[in-house]
Amino acid sequence: MGVVSTVLGGFPAWSQILAWDLIKIGAIVVPLMLSVAYLTFIERKVIGYMQVRVGPNRVGPRGWLQPIADGLKLLLKEIVVPTGSNKILFVLAPVLAIMPALVAWSVVPFTSHWVLANINAGLLFVLAVTSMGVYGVVVAGWASNSKYAFLGSLRSAAQIVAYEIAMGFALVGVLMAAGTLNLRRIALEQAGGFWHWLVWPLFPLFLVYFISGVAETNRLPFDVAEGESEIVAGFHVEYSGMTFALFFLAEYANMILLSALTTVLFLGGWLPPLDVAPFTWLPPLAWFLVKVSAVLFLYLWLRATFPRYRYDQIMRLGWKVLIPVTLVWISVMGVVMTFTPWGFLFSR
Amino acid sequence: MTFESLVFDFFAAVLLWSAAMVVVIRNPVKAALFLVLAFVSAASIWMLAEAEFLAIVLVLVYVGAVMVLFLFVVMMIDVNLAALKQGFRAYLPLGGVVALLMVVEIALVVGPARFGLHKVPAPAPLPSHYDNTRALGTLLYTTYVYPFEIAAALLLVAIVAAIALTMRRRPETKYQDPSRQVNVRAQDRVRLVKMPAERRG
Repeated sequence: MGVVSTVLGGFPAWSQILAWDLIKIGAIVVPLMLSVAYLTFIERKVIGYMQVRVGPNRVGPRGWLQPIADGLKLLLKEIVVPTGSNKILFVLAPVLAIMPALVAWSVVPFTSHWVLANINAGLLFVLAVTSMGVYGVVVAGWASNSKYAFLGSLRSAAQIVAYEIAMGFALVGVLMAAGTLNLRRIALEQAGGFWHWLVWPLFPLFLVYFISGVAETNRLPFDVAEGESEIVAGFHVEYSGMTFALFFLAEYANMILLSALTTVLFLGGWLPPLDVAPFTWLPPLAWFLVKVSAVLFLYLWLRATFPRYRYDQIMRLGWKVLIPVTLVWISVMGVVMTFTPWGFLFSR
Repeated sequence: MTFESLVFDFFAAVLLWSAAMVVVIRNPVKAALFLVLAFVSAASIWMLAEAEFLAIVLVLVYVGAVMVLFLFVVMMIDVNLAALKQGFRAYLPLGGVVALLMVVEIALVVGPARFGLHKVPAPAPLPSHYDNTRALGTLLYTTYVYPFEIAAALLLVAIVAAIALTMRRRPETKYQDPSRQVNVRAQDRVRLVKMPAERRG
């Protein structure tokens, strides 16, 4: 903070705090946006190799400038507002989509010191903010004045409400095991080696959380909100140029966010798998990024592997499989932790 | 004027404006979206009053779930605005009386006689490590456990009743049985018939 306080020395205290916070926000958002850009590139490369082809390799050395070219193209394209659409809501929808995807990053701990807002109710805050993401999709579908877009947004609304319940229950398990809602302390609870990570005692909940995360971000195999073979491109069929790009950015920022949360909640966050020499050479932030990348790879792998779910199968999976699984596991945890001497299995 | 009071004024103004728009605006979808804005502003004001658990739960439950379902329904029904406006004159006196009564009742309960600063002292600012969520949880599951459990049971009954009311057997609707779909094998559906090629006559 030394450099900043000398630069801002003469300004009132509140403006110094504001400026310092803005710098920190920039330090999160700029790398995030770069990661989003290169995640699209890596996705195309990974899926390409999984399907025995090369993927983008024309722009720049080995195709590394492809996301920059894509971004420029989207920036320069015309934004078409369809006739009969609701102009204000049509423009507002992409903003509503990207806002929660960025806000939730404020409580994600990157290392034990690097967190923008270390709040006590961090887990609840993340759940509340991510649940607002559906408005972008719903409003976009309605404001477009198009049947395809409208169908996409209705599908998305029903799907997100269903999977949010499963996700919330999975987080209840994390809360029971860690005994706190503070994300930084949840990660610190898992210190001391990979066998302390919550993924082992909460393995069913980890699976449920990951699957509902995929469903909440509208990624394959749950991307019926887009469903290009049935409803063209779903909720964003009428969007072009930068407004479309915002939906795209929101989807990928949400993917990275859910991977980061999976890392913090189940995989020990920035902590190394073993507290001995070769593992502790990597700095904590590097461990965090390695784990986030590993989870992100799972997303890409899923996309290259599975066909899209049928809509009624998605609903069945959400309501009749995932929610009962979480309920049973939470009950098992509660009984074991309260009435038996094996409570140490779930929490320290 | 402190920074906090500035923030409060801003969110209070947005809250009042959006709440008024919910009633005034014609389009029901826009009205629902303004209600969402009102909830978010109210949550921000609660956050300012250090009630972070209530604020977050308001956003989580009402904005994240209830209003999504509400929008879902409102978007699908085709509201005829002309039919809605038809009885406006006839219902105005009755509606006005009900509204006036409600305003009087609210004023009596939260008016300055009962709710001023001299009656309820401003709460002392709590230390930053104070955990609102834990305090509320402890209260709910110890002191108020019976009212809490009774409310939960009532809600469960309401859910069961709502589902029972809407669940009807409809013989004309086709249902899918996923276990049969999964168990089906190729030989159940396809019969391969071996035929010799036709001999040229």
